[in-house]
Amino acid sequence: MKTTSIMIVGVGGQGSLLASKLLGQLLVDEGYDVKVSEVHGMSQRGGSVVTYVRYGDKVYSPIVTEGEADYIISFEKLEAARYAAFLKTDGQMVVNTQEIDPMPVIIGAATYPTDVLDELKQKGLNIDDFDALTPAVEAGSSKAVNIVLMGRFAKYVDIPYERWIAAIEKAVKPKFVEMNKRAFELGYRS
Amino acid sequence: MKKLLIGNQAVAMGLYHGGLGLASSYPGTPSTEITEFLAMNDDIHTEWAPNEKVAMEVAFGASLAGMRSTCAMKHVGLNVAADPLFTLSYTGVNGGMVVCVADDPAMHSSQNEQDSRHYAIAAKVPMLEPADSAEAYAFARSAFELSEKYDTPVLLRMCTRIAHSQSIVELGEREAADVKPYEKNPGKYIMMPGNAKKRHPVVEDRTAALAEAANDCIYNTVEMAADGKIGIITSGCSYLYVKEVMGDKASILKIGMPNPLPEKLIRDFAAKVEKLYVIEELDPVIENFVRSLGIEVTGKELFSPIGEFSQQTIAAAFGLEAPASISADSAVPGRPPMMCAGCPHRGMFYTLAKNKITVLGDIGCYTLGAVPPLNALDSTLCMGASISGLHGFNKARGEEAEGKTVAVIGDSTFMHSGMTGLVNVAYNATNSTVIILDNSITGMTGHQQNPTTGYNIKGDPAAKVDLEALCRALGIARVRVVDPYDLKACETAIKEELAAREPSVIISRRPCVLLKSVKTKPALVIDPDKCKSCKRCMSLGCPAISMHGGKARIDATLCVGCGVCKQLCAFDAISE
Ligand SMILES: Cc1ncc(C[n+]2csc(CCOP(=O)(O)OP(=O)(O)O)c2C)c(N)n1
Ligand code: SF4
Ligand code: SF4
Repeated sequence: MKTTSIMIVGVGGQGSLLASKLLGQLLVDEGYDVKVSEVHGMSQRGGSVVTYVRYGDKVYSPIVTEGEADYIISFEKLEAARYAAFLKTDGQMVVNTQEIDPMPVIIGAATYPTDVLDELKQKGLNIDDFDALTPAVEAGSSKAVNIVLMGRFAKYVDIPYERWIAAIEKAVKPKFVEMNKRAFELGYRS
Repeated sequence: MKKLLIGNQAVAMGLYHGGLGLASSYPGTPSTEITEFLAMNDDIHTEWAPNEKVAMEVAFGASLAGMRSTCAMKHVGLNVAADPLFTLSYTGVNGGMVVCVADDPAMHSSQNEQDSRHYAIAAKVPMLEPADSAEAYAFARSAFELSEKYDTPVLLRMCTRIAHSQSIVELGEREAADVKPYEKNPGKYIMMPGNAKKRHPVVEDRTAALAEAANDCIYNTVEMAADGKIGIITSGCSYLYVKEVMGDKASILKIGMPNPLPEKLIRDFAAKVEKLYVIEELDPVIENFVRSLGIEVTGKELFSPIGEFSQQTIAAAFGLEAPASISADSAVPGRPPMMCAGCPHRGMFYTLAKNKITVLGDIGCYTLGAVPPLNALDSTLCMGASISGLHGFNKARGEEAEGKTVAVIGDSTFMHSGMTGLVNVAYNATNSTVIILDNSITGMTGHQQNPTTGYNIKGDPAAKVDLEALCRALGIARVRVVDPYDLKACETAIKEELAAREPSVIISRRPCVLLKSVKTKPALVIDPDKCKSCKRCMSLGCPAISMHGGKARIDATLCVGCGVCKQLCAFDAISE
């Protein structure tokens, strides 16, 4: 099997670490060779964060380069635009439409490109954008945006629903399992 | 047991299973997690030392006493610990000793991208370099045997991509960690000229023996392609990128022990291929060695010494087409890291910027005081350089500078290497003003305890340095404490201490807002009717404040109610 490449992108502090942990666990359980790569450090202070997840029979490189990603899961709109060039031209993006202003926008040195997803769609990229925050709040916490997004993403990959649920049970602290299962279902059924 | 582990956790497991008894380290991205994972084991001693030199000397002491020991640091940390390393090469070890060092090509969170392999060569100690977590586990585990067999410390080189990538590891069991007997041996352990002269030939013989053994080292592996056209010598993550692109179309010599390099293995490999390449990140270390053997090779002509590689780097160098991609035409603003909402450093930096003070900076979260809109720093060199640099700056420019120049340094950085600079300020006399930004934690590297916090690596209560008393003891009579959330107090302190005709220390004290022990307050709100759009609050650079429809607005999910912005509003628009 050829290696599949996924990128999870967002803003430091948005919870992409749990998403990659869940995905890594799931793919190991499915019997794949897996590499998950993230850069810790400066990114924690509200910077742009990116995690690479790659799986297949044998995975060598831990990173994903331009035009290589089969999927990009973005926690934020601007970050989706930043990493768009990493998506295969026939790849699939799943995007939470939340907007978080970066410092250059806050101080008025730049503007937030609000319509950028429409532009990318017009150019031919497959973008599934939706509001993941509302279902997360409905599930019990705004922090569950990550799992709502994973639920939405799960629709595009060939792994049965129950396997995802089993991975959530392993990756999440016991007291948050129920809430995250709800969040996953809301994303999956949306 | 198969597990998905980051490289650093795999190193920790390898060391632990290899019979480790003691780990002393100083944090530094991307090496920090090695020691954090080790600290989860209660049957070994782990600690955060005040700096890397202390850490390495502690590990030496344990090794001398017969225990297997380690210290972990980032690449620049090895500069600090270079002094003990070079002579440890002469003394050798009793219990095995492994020095973990993590390079950061592309400088994801570092001030330079130096290549640690030069240290292995210069200090004449063997170095191992894994390419994934499984190797990190295996190499770390066996490094103790190598260390004891050849009577030398062993360097284990990681890099950001290996340290922070998870891959599958098959874990074994912990080896018994018996402490060997200690016997007094002055000729081996007292490095004064007479003894050291006898040890140097031992070091040279050891290097020769290791170089010979390198030809059969199981970590240097050869994979021959069906045709003998392209041959590639590579190591670490470069190997992964090469395999990703070339598969089995090229013959590969993978170097798992970059020092000393295997001459015979390289000669044999080179003889079997038509065209030879060396693909290595950063400096041409393997390449220069191959050239020194008189072998023709292509390396840095194609593969830059700057930054990281990827599969794309390899593909492009071999003329393969890059995959198609689509990107936005709209400008995508950058998202640089910044100080958190409510960060205690912000008030001090705002005050320094407002008063146009020249600021010699240091390394930590507070280095982010350099970015817009605060633009409050003038220099950042290495840990500790703020205070010593300020002294030199003031000596060069005299009174004019003394009245408008300060050093800023974090609590952990002050413990690491700021104290000696402060002694120098007092001893060699400049009227320097030093601001210690005491947020009660080592923030930048992910919140480690340090000697000023009152807790050890396990979070248990520990002896706590009294910073005020320490500064006085070092020779500074004027020491005062301010709360950086109080802008007026900051301004008064800075003005008075700059005006004083003697050296002084201002301790800017308030814990980091991300600490669990810190109770944050409810978010403040801005009354849009009162806001006159003057943007004065925006000059703080707090990520919780932004302009919407011409009025300033506070994001309630980010604001921690620190109240600093409220002190700036002239129209009373910001309230609790
Ligand atoms: C020699 C060396 N060791 C380690 C590091 C990694 N490092 C960068 S900043 C820092 C400590 C910062 O702590 P502190 O001074 O308390 O400032 P804070 O981040 O808490 O504001 C460390 C360990 C480094 N840059 N150089
Ligand atoms: S982690 Fe703490 S010290 Fe660092 S920027 Fe955030 S609030 Fe400031
Ligand atoms: S009170 Fe003001 S400065 Fe402090 S965190 Fe809230 S918005 Fe930022």
